[in-house]
Amino acid sequence: MTGLLLQQLVNTATIGAIYALIALGYTMVYGVLRLINFVHSELFMLGAYLCYGLLAVALGDVGAAPTLAITVAFFAVFAAVGMIGVTIERVAYKPLRSATRLAPMLSALGLSLFFQSAVQILAGPQPIRFPSIFPTTRVEVAGAVITTTQLGIIALAVLLMLLLAAFVARTRLGVLVRAVSESPRTSALLGIDVDRAISLIFFIGPGLGGLGGILYGSYYGIMYPTMGTIVGLKAFTAAILGGIGSIPGAMLGGFLLGLLEVAGTALLPVLSGGLLGTDYRDIFAFIVLVVVLIFRPTGLLGEQISEETMVYKRDY
Amino acid sequence: MASVSLAPGRARAGLRLMRLLPVAVVLVLIALLPQAGLYYVRLADDVLIYILLGMGLNLVIGYAGLLDLGFVAFYAVGAYTYALLASPQFGIHWPFLVILPIGAALAACFGILLGIPVLPLRGDYLAIVTLGFGEIIRILLNNMNSVTGGPQGVMMIDTPKIAGLALVSPRGFYWLLLGLCVVIGVLVLRLERSILGKAWAAIREDQDAARGIGIDTVRVKLAAFAISAAIGGLAGVIFASFQRYVSPESFTFNESILIVLIIVIGGVGNILGVITGAVALIVLPEVLRGVAQYRMMAFGFTLAALIVLRPQGLVPRSFGPARLMRWLFAA
Repeated sequence: MTGLLLQQLVNTATIGAIYALIALGYTMVYGVLRLINFVHSELFMLGAYLCYGLLAVALGDVGAAPTLAITVAFFAVFAAVGMIGVTIERVAYKPLRSATRLAPMLSALGLSLFFQSAVQILAGPQPIRFPSIFPTTRVEVAGAVITTTQLGIIALAVLLMLLLAAFVARTRLGVLVRAVSESPRTSALLGIDVDRAISLIFFIGPGLGGLGGILYGSYYGIMYPTMGTIVGLKAFTAAILGGIGSIPGAMLGGFLLGLLEVAGTALLPVLSGGLLGTDYRDIFAFIVLVVVLIFRPTGLLGEQISEETMVYKRDY
Repeated sequence: MASVSLAPGRARAGLRLMRLLPVAVVLVLIALLPQAGLYYVRLADDVLIYILLGMGLNLVIGYAGLLDLGFVAFYAVGAYTYALLASPQFGIHWPFLVILPIGAALAACFGILLGIPVLPLRGDYLAIVTLGFGEIIRILLNNMNSVTGGPQGVMMIDTPKIAGLALVSPRGFYWLLLGLCVVIGVLVLRLERSILGKAWAAIREDQDAARGIGIDTVRVKLAAFAISAAIGGLAGVIFASFQRYVSPESFTFNESILIVLIIVIGGVGNILGVITGAVALIVLPEVLRGVAQYRMMAFGFTLAALIVLRPQGLVPRSFGPARLMRWLFAA
């Protein structure tokens, strides 16, 4: 029993950490621009493909890459996906800042289709085996089988999140980011370069999403051009669950969604006497989301938005 | 028009004829389209179905200003209503004209069912919850094997008969869809000008002010949701009878997005925009067949470019059907 519990706990933490990492990108962008960045799911996918491509080109054999190569690839993917994110913001969102809020969301969707098809053409539509970037040893603890890949994913994701939290809380640039997401207009009045802060957000968010892609590929051992769609959707759900715009909220939401998913997979068939299969776990997650939103419209850790900022005029 | 022409009357009449010419050309094209090859008729049927869907979703997005990303769920409800009530799946074979209102009503019920818990939510929360609802419906269709046939879907759906006339060719459907589009179009236009339509506009512009002047915002939004869902259901029934086969594949998130794109690229809150958008977005991928494997890539790029270059849509909101009529017929 404890073995099973521990097993599920580690599974939850692994998938939750990945969701949290991706959710951060959604929440940071939303916090500043009030924009659902639909292209983020494709940046997640690009992360996995870029890492694979880099290792394949540099080493020829992706399977047994040395630690140094993997570390270099990790930083390179973060920088590359981050730069793609900044470029997307400049080209597809910035010209639309004064348009309705629906417009940038849909240009994001167009770009998402573009990236998905581009990867499909370049790498083929078939799934590709993704080697784990961590050593793949199995450890048995109290009856639970835990892989070092899982431990590596959790450790790395948590480290990245701590770094981000420290960056936002402690550094000068972090203050910039916080100020701009609090109120872009007031920040501009105070002499903050809002565009620079937005670029920074569009560098870090997608960068983390790209790294999430590498971790996801390592965990499931596979990557394919449409892998971002459903994962992105879930990560966004996680961001909303935690309270969109809130960085700790995204982290909490990610782990919570992981828990819901694992619990759904493990419990639903048992509770319903085999009537509801594991396919219903996504429904379960969405129902929880709706219930949370009805009772706490700002999500779990979302700030109590004042009436003034709640007045959305001409949203769509 | 400040005319300094020597014969203003004649010049004006000539100008009016010039303007009516394209209208006449379009009408003749619409009338002659069924004579074209089956490929073109089928494409036209597709466009008409999406015009229908676009008009339905436009009520919610364009008029009431609520972002619904799960519209395809209502489309699916309509399609499966027809599929289950007119196929060997359960051995039920009800006539088309009976199922058409049932499908619409059922979709409206689903709209209300979704709307009641969700409509107090604002903006993006609404978007994401409707998105989730769309996914839920699709997952249910995919998994309730005994009812919906699961991923295989429902096959051998009856061909619809209207007044003893069996609709088998895309040409028949063309006229059916065209008629329905006109009816729904007129209905939507009337709605837009009704007191309900004005309430929608008030909510869209400023929800709090709307509540302040005594509009029951939740009920008015619910009305928008229900009517739009009913139109979606209607389109679904026709889709199922046209394809004679339905499966969850046809009702993915991408389909919802395509309908939103049709509205936004055409021009939000404007029937002319919906028509333009549907024609553009359904015909464009066909035109891009020339670049075969780069098709979807080019399509995605074009979408993004169109929105960046014309965020207000191809047809601006102010250029509605009434403006068009005035422009055409008034001197």
